[in-house]
Amino acid sequence: MIDNSVILSKDVENVIEISGLNKWFGNFHVLQDIDLNVSQGEKIIICGPSGSGKSTLIRCINRLEEHQEGKILVNGTELSHDLKNIDAVRSEVGMVFQSFNLFPHLTALENCTLALIWVRKTPKAEAEALAMQYLERVKIPEQANKYPGQLSGGQQQRVAIARSLCMNPKILLFDEPTSALDPEMIKEVLDTMVELAETGMTMLCVTHEMGFAKTVADRIIFMDEGQIVEESKPDKFFNEPEHDRTKLFLSQILAH
Amino acid sequence: MISSKISYTGSNKSRPPPPNTVGVIGWMRSNLFGGSVNTCLTLISCYILWLIVPPLLDWTIFNADFTGDVGGECTTEGACWAWLDQRIYQFLYGFYPPNSYWRVNLTIILLFPALAYVLFDNLPFSKQGRWFSLAYPFVATFLLIGGFGLEGITTDKFGGFMLNLVAGISGIVLSLPIGILLALGRRSKLPTIRILCVSFIEFIRGVPLITLLFVAVIILQLFLPPNVTLDQLVRVMIMITLFASAYMAEVIRGGLQAIPNGQYEAGKAMGLGYWQSMRLIILPQALKISIPGIVNTFIGLFKDTTLVIIIGLFDILGQARVLQTNPDWMGKVDHETFLIASVFFFIVCFSISRYSINLEKRLDKDHD
Repeated sequence: MIDNSVILSKDVENVIEISGLNKWFGNFHVLQDIDLNVSQGEKIIICGPSGSGKSTLIRCINRLEEHQEGKILVNGTELSHDLKNIDAVRSEVGMVFQSFNLFPHLTALENCTLALIWVRKTPKAEAEALAMQYLERVKIPEQANKYPGQLSGGQQQRVAIARSLCMNPKILLFDEPTSALDPEMIKEVLDTMVELAETGMTMLCVTHEMGFAKTVADRIIFMDEGQIVEESKPDKFFNEPEHDRTKLFLSQILAH
Repeated sequence: MISSKISYTGSNKSRPPPPNTVGVIGWMRSNLFGGSVNTCLTLISCYILWLIVPPLLDWTIFNADFTGDVGGECTTEGACWAWLDQRIYQFLYGFYPPNSYWRVNLTIILLFPALAYVLFDNLPFSKQGRWFSLAYPFVATFLLIGGFGLEGITTDKFGGFMLNLVAGISGIVLSLPIGILLALGRRSKLPTIRILCVSFIEFIRGVPLITLLFVAVIILQLFLPPNVTLDQLVRVMIMITLFASAYMAEVIRGGLQAIPNGQYEAGKAMGLGYWQSMRLIILPQALKISIPGIVNTFIGLFKDTTLVIIIGLFDILGQARVLQTNPDWMGKVDHETFLIASVFFFIVCFSISRYSINLEKRLDKDHD
């Protein structure tokens, strides 16, 4: 277990504070004593072998998964069974999924305006204007009236990013956003994410795109078997990893 | 050495397809006479049609009798349609008072705009239209039963095809929402709700409809306080509706299960509540997938309305029976009356089916 407090300077406000987090799927102890603090504007890359709990960790942050022990504070709101708190956290936290999860029966624009209209109660015209703004930011305004089934994977993922941005979140969670994409489309999504990182958005990203990690990460977290094995700045992570498990992982992922 | 011949010349060389692969001739070649088996099947089918169609036309039209006051006047080998002009009103309206037929007609005419505003979303005045659709059930009840100035007509006067329509359409309209709620209940995380819904669905599906109808008509009265009477037709409509709802619930549950978990998660992550997610994200997709099954249940329900005969109401099939046992017509109209009843059912069921195919095409958003 690593104490994060030494890495973080005390004067920066933490938007996410996780302490003593434990989670089980049945008898399987998927997250073991996780402590993690994230400060405003930080970009954190989480990597690790499959089954190491990295997706589960970020899914706990907007309570798509329920944790059994420990404490998760998002913007000072504690995640518990209190539905009000869950709603409050979800309105601050956006999420981009591996399989996009766009709504296939709605156009790209409608995908973006749905939550604005029904959760934020924004008038339709205003919501559409805002959504167009974000679709322009991910560079696909011309696809606004197409359905997800008519878009390429990369375009779908960019719509998904625009959809999350519409809710004006303080934190964005990315769960392997490029894993389901063809090689040619990975770049367009990563470019979008890099631009987003430059705006100062707080981002937690589960990914194996090490080039992307080098460019944007403030910290890289390496997980294995439900624990945080190593956590360091990208430079140190790639050049002088501390643990043998990290070295093995890096040698495998960077072999080709 | 290069083994493939490069045909690329830098300019577009597209030209129209060969003439014998397009148009009527192309269609016939590929669909009717493409290969020996296909040709054989086409010829056999033509032969079978030639065997069936001309005699059928002879019987129904060319050799048929159209005039006469009693069955005995039908003398030829063809069909006997002489009963139509005096009996068709009973086939359509049952024992509804003839001077009030306009009320039934008006109800049916108003049904079209009411349905249209529910089924199609690009009509003018859609806001007012939706309100009209909502008000329609009350308007229809008022027109058919009367009260508030209109002459009251009890439901035991209902009959003929109008009875099938009343019972069928109200069953269709009510069984869909009840089925949706049951399907959602069956997938609920709350054990009480789940167990209630599962028991209801399994009980209703496990019992023949005719048993339920007997329960509704005979046994239910034993449990009601003596001064409470529930209209017989209403009881039957309730049972038919519940019966269809149980089937509907399972059809819709199938649709719900086909929706990937990611859709629920995306809804949650965006802050939508349970009912919002269901209404805006899950149900539009699940219902679309379930259309064939839903329509199947609708059509089944519509035909089950013929079972009202067990409570002594005479729907269109009942009217056919009445005429068949009428001494004036006995032995002359057995096929004809059933044929007419079938035609009415077929028109309605086929229309439902065609609309559903149109709806499926309209909702198909994967490729345009």
